[in-house]
Amino acid sequence: METTVLILLPIAGAVALWFAPWLTPRAAGGFALLVALAELAFWIGTALNFDFGAAEPQAGADRVWFADLDVAYRVGLHDYTLWLVGLTAVGTAAAVGYGFWVGRERAGVYLSLLLFLEGATVGVFAAQDLVLFYVFWEAMLIPLYVLIGVWGGPGRLGATVKFVVYTMAGSLLMLVAIIAAGLQAGTFDMTSAAGRGSSTWIFLGFAAAFAVKAPLFPFHGWLPDAYRESPPEVAAVLSGVISKTAAYGFLAIAIPFYPGPAEDWRVPALVLASIGLVYGSLLAFRAPDVRGVVAYSSLAQMNLILIGLFAANASGYTGALLQMVNHGLISAALFLLAGAIERRASTGQLVLLGGLARGRPVLATILITTGVIALAVPGSSAFAAEFLVLNGAFAVGWGWAVVGAIAIVLAAMYMLRLVSAVLHENVGSAVPAEALDLRPAEVGVIAPLVVVLLALSFWPAAITDRLSGALF
Amino acid sequence: MDEFTAPTIDWAALSPVLITLAGASVVLLASLFLPPGVRRGFGAAVAAICFVGAAAAAIALFVADESGRGIVSEAIRRDRLAELAQVLVMGAGLLTVGVSYREPERVERAGEYWALLLTAASGMAFFVAANNLMTLFLGLEWFSICLYVLTAIAVERLPGLEAGLKYLIVGSFGSAILLFGSALVYGATGAIGFEEIAAGTAEGERLFLVAGLAMVLVGLGFKASAAPFHMWTPDVYEGAPTPVTGFMAAATKVAALVVTLRLLVTAFPGEEELWTVALAVIVCASLAWGNLAALVQVSVKRMLAYSSISHAGFLLMPIAAGNELGGRALLYYLIAYSAMSVGAFAVVAVRERELAAPVTVGNLAGFGWERPFLGGSMALFMFGFIGLPPAGIFLGKIYAFAAVIERGWTWLAIVGAVFTAVSIYYYVGVIRAMFMQPRELAVAAGGSPPPDRLLVASVAASVVVAVGSLLAADPLIDIARDAVEFLPFPVG
Repeated sequence: METTVLILLPIAGAVALWFAPWLTPRAAGGFALLVALAELAFWIGTALNFDFGAAEPQAGADRVWFADLDVAYRVGLHDYTLWLVGLTAVGTAAAVGYGFWVGRERAGVYLSLLLFLEGATVGVFAAQDLVLFYVFWEAMLIPLYVLIGVWGGPGRLGATVKFVVYTMAGSLLMLVAIIAAGLQAGTFDMTSAAGRGSSTWIFLGFAAAFAVKAPLFPFHGWLPDAYRESPPEVAAVLSGVISKTAAYGFLAIAIPFYPGPAEDWRVPALVLASIGLVYGSLLAFRAPDVRGVVAYSSLAQMNLILIGLFAANASGYTGALLQMVNHGLISAALFLLAGAIERRASTGQLVLLGGLARGRPVLATILITTGVIALAVPGSSAFAAEFLVLNGAFAVGWGWAVVGAIAIVLAAMYMLRLVSAVLHENVGSAVPAEALDLRPAEVGVIAPLVVVLLALSFWPAAITDRLSGALF
Repeated sequence: MDEFTAPTIDWAALSPVLITLAGASVVLLASLFLPPGVRRGFGAAVAAICFVGAAAAAIALFVADESGRGIVSEAIRRDRLAELAQVLVMGAGLLTVGVSYREPERVERAGEYWALLLTAASGMAFFVAANNLMTLFLGLEWFSICLYVLTAIAVERLPGLEAGLKYLIVGSFGSAILLFGSALVYGATGAIGFEEIAAGTAEGERLFLVAGLAMVLVGLGFKASAAPFHMWTPDVYEGAPTPVTGFMAAATKVAALVVTLRLLVTAFPGEEELWTVALAVIVCASLAWGNLAALVQVSVKRMLAYSSISHAGFLLMPIAAGNELGGRALLYYLIAYSAMSVGAFAVVAVRERELAAPVTVGNLAGFGWERPFLGGSMALFMFGFIGLPPAGIFLGKIYAFAAVIERGWTWLAIVGAVFTAVSIYYYVGVIRAMFMQPRELAVAAGGSPPPDRLLVASVAASVVVAVGSLLAADPLIDIARDAVEFLPFPVG
């Protein structure tokens, strides 16, 4: 029941906004923000009543959709999905708040699409039926396509085509895999053990969709354009939240349902993820603009998460899950900060930036804090997560852990390069002297993300101790 | 020699056919006497009433008929398959009335237009119930001739005349092949009734039978606009008045595919290994040709025509599976597809009237923000044709893929998935034009026509069916099951 509310509340808010085009942008924005905050509050309420010991999905619902193929509206939350839903609620609330504050054109439609996206994403995490999972999976694509295509930067049309064709090509193979899996099992129920098998083709069908969406190297062709051309808050949601649906797919479907093929494909997958990790880090180090650094670091971090998942042991899973939450918050905060910087300097080119720290203490503090957590300084939650991931990888083979450790050094390099190119060095030619510090509204949107990250740094066990082990 | 006894005629079972035919006669006669000013309104009202009445009759028959039976000396079938198809045809007709009411060229020929629309629907209602090769051919010609004339009804428009002539020639060619095939089948089995053909195939001349089956398939492929028998489709869809195109895309497809299903399954169950493979080849050809050619279209109507060819491929896929799941898939798919086809062409018609020019992907620019409801609906139709939720084609595709996978032809589902991925590009192109590109073209001189409430209502109804078919999947799939469960599916 609670899960249904978590899915439908944002969707209902979105639909209400479509049918109220007469609302002023301010009223529409206020309403959207209210819905996003209500969703967050409801998630907190659900989390407080959650039984973290149970292996079965909770707070769910089960209603027949069409009986002959045994497809049903089955939803529910596992302990690990609860955290991802929370990430979705936090990330979307920040994005809606930021979009409201920036004042996008046609604000009602814009914010309603963000809310719709939130509902679909929660649906992906909560679905316990493969067809329903696929419905929500594809439903995420439509608002993203419109959000980038209508409100994106100058190269948005090319970026959207690439994004949609890449992701659909992957997800259509997943569709065939889902149907084949469901027909074999006689049900599309994800909680039933009947869905599990040893078919390599079905595993690869799922893996195709998740590998594109995550993205796993070399399926990331859509990523740089999509992250650069999106409005910053959409990029924040896309890299912070949406990419986690793919990691979740590996975590909850592809690997546990098809353990045999997952075992067979572990080495190729680890090789690709390791390449992606190093390659993404190097590209982040070479990227000429703020968004480029964040985008490629996101690629690298997602591949690190995938290393943890493909390690397929308790340590790897726990680390990957914690890192999913961390990275979601970090990259959402960084993209919003990138947006704030671009608003002030009208560019994200690092050569034109610099010296923003002087006289802008809040911006400097938040950017440095986020950057330091992102580079996994010991004591940060990202450090805890990466330690667990590397520990899990080490159990598979020490070589994977070495690659991971190298990447942590690279992460320090690109993060410090970003921080110093934006905040320090000489004042960049594009930085106007009168550029303001972060406004209270921006702080109100970005600071909560950083506060949650700091809280998790003090207490990563808040998440890692609340996993029942149903996965491992 | 026995004395001739007239067959008992089940008038109730024929009521959907007769109601529409009677409506057509009323409209034709009345337009002789009515002043020109009221002809259009009168014709549209009669057409709408008759479509509603015929659909209601078909629904009543559907509810009443637990099991099917042959009537009029087994010449036609009274069963739920026919009745469901009749409901769909009448629904498409009703929506088309709303779309075409304000079509600008209708004034002089108001009577004929509505009469032809009703007669075409009547012919389709007859066609889908056909139970022997004679009634099949009769029904086919009945509605085809109406459509030839409807295509060219705007006689002052050259493209319409060209399209009508092309349709007439190519369509007659297809009909001739179908007729020749029927003759061969008769020669091989000595029967024209579907069940008798099935019974006679065992001792019949194999060569004639196979050649006849192939030719009948070709003839039906023409009507379903499946590749490689699709050549007429783009030209005719483009040249015909847009509401007529919408009606053809929806109703003709329903009729042709339902009859293909019935004919193959009831008359040729023994030749299953032939026609399922033949259909699989046609499916691949339609998917490939339709989707690849649609990529390069500039005119939206032509693009939708190629999209309709590709959907012929998707719709033939479950028939090729030859199992009951496929039958269900086909009928469920048709429910969503027919509504969305009429709706999509209705939106094109609006733009066409606004600009007084053919609609291209380029001159749709900005349309979505100017008319948010129609633009949003068109976006829903385009996402739906790709197979994305929340439109019912999404589930239709899942069912179609499930049917072929159940048969063991996973490769065919993968072909479908690959060409779905190809189709994204051109469907999304329409959305991109409507919402993401700044408008360039001014509206035609004289300003935009006033908002057309009837047309908007038709589009709204299409949206309701498109989304409703996804939400209410269970009852609709039950209906589809009721419609096909008595058919002797050859596979599983």
